[in-house]
Amino acid sequence: MAENNSTHHIVSPKTYLTIILTLMALTGITVWAAFVNLDQFNIVVALVIATCKATLVVLFFMHAKYSPKRTQLVIVAGIFWLAILLFMTMSDYISRVDYRGVRSPFTQVTSPGTRRLA
Amino acid sequence: MHRTGELYGQFKTLEQQKDSANLGMWIFLVTEVMFFGGIMLVYTLNRHVYFPAFAMGSNTLSLKLGGTNTIVLLASSFTMAMAVWSAQVGKRQLISLFLALTILLGFVFFGIKYVEYAQKFHHHLVPGRSFDIFYCSNHPTMCDDIGAEEMETERDELEKAKSLDPDLNSHAQLYYSAYFGMTGLHALHMVIGAGLLVWLLKNSFAGMYTPRWNTPVDTVGLYWHFVDIVWIYLFPLLYLIDRHK
Repeated sequence: MAENNSTHHIVSPKTYLTIILTLMALTGITVWAAFVNLDQFNIVVALVIATCKATLVVLFFMHAKYSPKRTQLVIVAGIFWLAILLFMTMSDYISRVDYRGVRSPFTQVTSPGTRRLA
Repeated sequence: MHRTGELYGQFKTLEQQKDSANLGMWIFLVTEVMFFGGIMLVYTLNRHVYFPAFAMGSNTLSLKLGGTNTIVLLASSFTMAMAVWSAQVGKRQLISLFLALTILLGFVFFGIKYVEYAQKFHHHLVPGRSFDIFYCSNHPTMCDDIGAEEMETERDELEKAKSLDPDLNSHAQLYYSAYFGMTGLHALHMVIGAGLLVWLLKNSFAGMYTPRWNTPVDTVGLYWHFVDIVWIYLFPLLYLIDRHK
């Protein structure tokens, strides 16, 4: 085929190999980190590592790094809306106070790490 | 109608046509983000309120099986990316090879998931009337796949969790509902993905994908990677709660 219209960036197998090895290593690190006692920060570390892995997949495996700006905008908008969903709802539940004498189980946090249950 | 590489009237170039197809897939994936996001929110809320029960539930999952599945799924994303590359550079045999490998790894994932699910049925950890988080500690002979030492730590943890949460069994059931709901929906997405991959494989045997036109390989690839990303989050959320003793 003489004509090759595609000017798309072709990611090399070498890059893919680097990415997959990094992803495997990060999986090992996240398992290791789960056994280190960081109290409430275990989940933070786990989510930061997971987000690093997801970012690598999106940028390289899904070619977002080489996609048109408008595609990138759609991706960012999606993440932003997800953030609204999680942050707004969680901040509402966590900060909710007793309502007309009804105790919400979501506010019964006594001290960090231990939660009294309804 | 096999319009491979034909330029439709509304587009100026093939490149623009392909970008549009990719954009469409991304918009679908964004709706999927919101779909899984809602479930993640339900999980997060319940984990926040019933933390001891969620930690207990998580510790009854097999880290070995879950970890292996994570590696398998990441590897399948790699082979998928390589299938896309093969199509872009016009290596026809390699497209089929990498697609077949991706399907194979997908089925390895299903196999391991089957073993895990079966174990949960045996251990009475499937939400419903027979759900009993204490089943294995009360009937150790029925759970002989759990080692004596593991059983001892499980008993200690159950004791500890019970002192923090009197209604541990109900709340552990919530954890397992989240577990089956999230992993089940993820597996459903993989079944759909595997179906699409078989379709791609059939077409690639027919030599349909060329550097000029390989849009389906590319867009199904996007879908497959997305399913991988969902698992990247499910693994730490479900398997790694409170693993440190």
